[in-house]
Amino acid sequence: MSVGENGKGGGLRRPVYLDNQATTPADPRVVDAMLPYFTEHFGNPHSRSHAYGWQAEEAVELAREQVAAAIGGDPKGVVFTSGATESNNLAIKGVAQFHGARKNHIVTVVTEHKCVLESCRYLERQGFSVTYLPVRPSGLLNLAELEAALTERTVLVSVMAANNEIGVLQPIAEIGALCRSRGIFFHTDAAQAVGKIPLDVNAMNIDLLSISGHKIYGPKGIGALYVRRRPRIRLQAQVSGGEQERGYRAGTVATPLCVGLGEACRIAALEMPAEASRLGRLRDRLLAGLQAGVPDLRVNGDLERRLPGNLNVSFGYVEGEGLIAGITEVAVSSGSACTSAQVEPSYVLRAIGLDAELAYASLRMGLGRFTTEDEIDLAVAHIVAVVRRLREESPLWQMYREGIDLKSSQWAEH
Amino acid sequence: MAAATIYLDYNATTPVRPVAADAVARALCLVGNPSSVHGFGRQARRRIEDAREAVADWLGAPAAGVIFTSGGTEANALALAGCGRSRVLVSAIEHPSVLNAVLPGRRRELIPVDGDGVVDLSALEALLADSDEPALVALMLANNETGVVQPVAAAAAIAHAHGALLHCDAVQAAGKLAIDVAALGADSLSLSAHKLGGPQGVGVLVLADPDAPLEPLLGGGGQERRRRSGTENLPGIAGFAAALEAVRDEAPMAVRLRELRDRLEGAIKRVAPDVIVFGAQAPRLPNTSCLALPGMTAQTAVMALDLAGIAISAGSACSSGKVAPSHVLTAMGAGPLAASAIRVSLGWASVDADVERFVEAFGGLVRQRADPGVASAMTLAKGRR
Repeated sequence: MSVGENGKGGGLRRPVYLDNQATTPADPRVVDAMLPYFTEHFGNPHSRSHAYGWQAEEAVELAREQVAAAIGGDPKGVVFTSGATESNNLAIKGVAQFHGARKNHIVTVVTEHKCVLESCRYLERQGFSVTYLPVRPSGLLNLAELEAALTERTVLVSVMAANNEIGVLQPIAEIGALCRSRGIFFHTDAAQAVGKIPLDVNAMNIDLLSISGHKIYGPKGIGALYVRRRPRIRLQAQVSGGEQERGYRAGTVATPLCVGLGEACRIAALEMPAEASRLGRLRDRLLAGLQAGVPDLRVNGDLERRLPGNLNVSFGYVEGEGLIAGITEVAVSSGSACTSAQVEPSYVLRAIGLDAELAYASLRMGLGRFTTEDEIDLAVAHIVAVVRRLREESPLWQMYREGIDLKSSQWAEH
Repeated sequence: MAAATIYLDYNATTPVRPVAADAVARALCLVGNPSSVHGFGRQARRRIEDAREAVADWLGAPAAGVIFTSGGTEANALALAGCGRSRVLVSAIEHPSVLNAVLPGRRRELIPVDGDGVVDLSALEALLADSDEPALVALMLANNETGVVQPVAAAAAIAHAHGALLHCDAVQAAGKLAIDVAALGADSLSLSAHKLGGPQGVGVLVLADPDAPLEPLLGGGGQERRRRSGTENLPGIAGFAAALEAVRDEAPMAVRLRELRDRLEGAIKRVAPDVIVFGAQAPRLPNTSCLALPGMTAQTAVMALDLAGIAISAGSACSSGKVAPSHVLTAMGAGPLAASAIRVSLGWASVDADVERFVEAFGGLVRQRADPGVASAMTLAKGRR
């Protein structure tokens, strides 16, 4: 087993990596761009007294332009952070704490990433009120419900662009227009969306947008928060104590990581149209293969309004633990990576109406830049074989096959 | 260009050591989120836990107390904001990340330092005796501008006697002094990788008691035992651990750097007997020299040295964007001399020839001071930036 190779080299690698929503391998072009900044151009970008510092600063500023270009924003609005978790914390707590004296209500959605929900819960403990909107069975929110939730005290709406588990794309442009018309700041966690679907902070009226490096074939340990400058959004720094990044984020800006994020954004934006249709075809192939091999398969989340590389399916009459233990040839996730160490059903799947049992028996498959058709075929064959075997062993499946309706059966007490 | 320039600004950042760069490059080619349960994820998790053990071992602290952060600034911010103490006493010479951390609803007071840049322990004692309010004392192990080493163990004993906690910013000391968290008596301590030959973008906060309460700065997936959320920077962490191992292997480095630094100071004093070395009477880091050539502003000196192919700093990198007198030298009572202070800092790749080049260029500065016409001509020549 050659766990760890990042997509270079021939042959079929096993296990097949289909967990690109958890993290992506760094693109070799990104790594190549970064390496000189560790050893050769190693300066501190804040050093103003010598060429080492200026060179580092130039590299950081180029990266800032590359990041901004990927979202149609002003480079001056890009604040480098340690990742999307920090960006989301900064956006939500930062705006709330800065404006909290006048407006103290936040609207978000139950299927947001944990770090958005945790930031909101933190603010609730500080006396803010938060509305957590439900989603429809498709995973998409209801715009009318969002509009109805807005009040004169609402300072911020935070809705993710693409969900990390079920890949559904929320109506960001519509939410942006609504928020702008009501004078409410709009933040979107775009960690899963940047470089994968077209985003334009101006056209979509996005005030704050979170970016992650390692979800777009860039390095871990870097992200960015886009903070609109016109009209200006003000926020309270979370990592404070220095004047770097316009005072929004203290600490030495890590030049090689910024270079990596910039290059990752450049490549993703450049290759997006071709890559999106390639991934869409592979995802359709994966789904068709699974559907052909496994009857009674449920697709979680809207299939149309969805990231091209994401598929999330549930297998009825299969026990979740056996499913994950049985799938050894394909690296997939049964929930989001951050929660998958806990044995709790995915709150995203629960929110779109799955019961705990079915949520456990779900797989999230994230296809990526280095996923090949052969890998998809291998994954289909393996998953189908595992699910079939588990169902053969399942008395519930046998009863279902024999036409016994379990939901309406009356079970005798023993 | 930079390649021909001699780098003597190691306290700002360091070139990444080859072993660390190698570890980073290798880890960059790994796939896997350390929180994923599949093989890729478990392999990533193992690397992080190995690095955690290495850091803990190096510091004489429990592995469970090691919290990986995005750097020294975040580690300091987390320690100060998360400790739950309403009163925060910080020395007047702390790094801006400690001095200026936003602490809503907390009371922050400054502990003065003496003329050598050493914290005034009797002042600390008096401040603590003044109130029963639960306090945190923040004292750096070594100052980034002067290199002056602080009596952290003594301060910790005083703090504990008054029921206070002690946080130690060891960012600048790490790699230059041996650090033992237990011997220092610090309740928490922060490090940054890029100050010791590791990569930028990674640091740690170490808790002496892994179960000590700490309110997280960043909430989310609950990584780092719920104290710091966010996917771990695996390549950075691997590079940090590799750099620490290199530091351990080169224990005599400090001796060599001290010899180089002392030779540098001796030589420039012969060229300019009136040169001031800040903190010279106090214990100092072996690599740092903070100097003032009276009558020549730091800006002029730094520019002239840059033209001569020598990279140094006029103060700490974080504040060098602004032309303001150093808060450290001001707290030491340096007065107008602070405007002439430059910082020369050596590191793992420094060699004898670097010191010789610096001394030679410093001789040029002294001549320039004697003939102001040269100075203005040089300033005019300095068209870049």
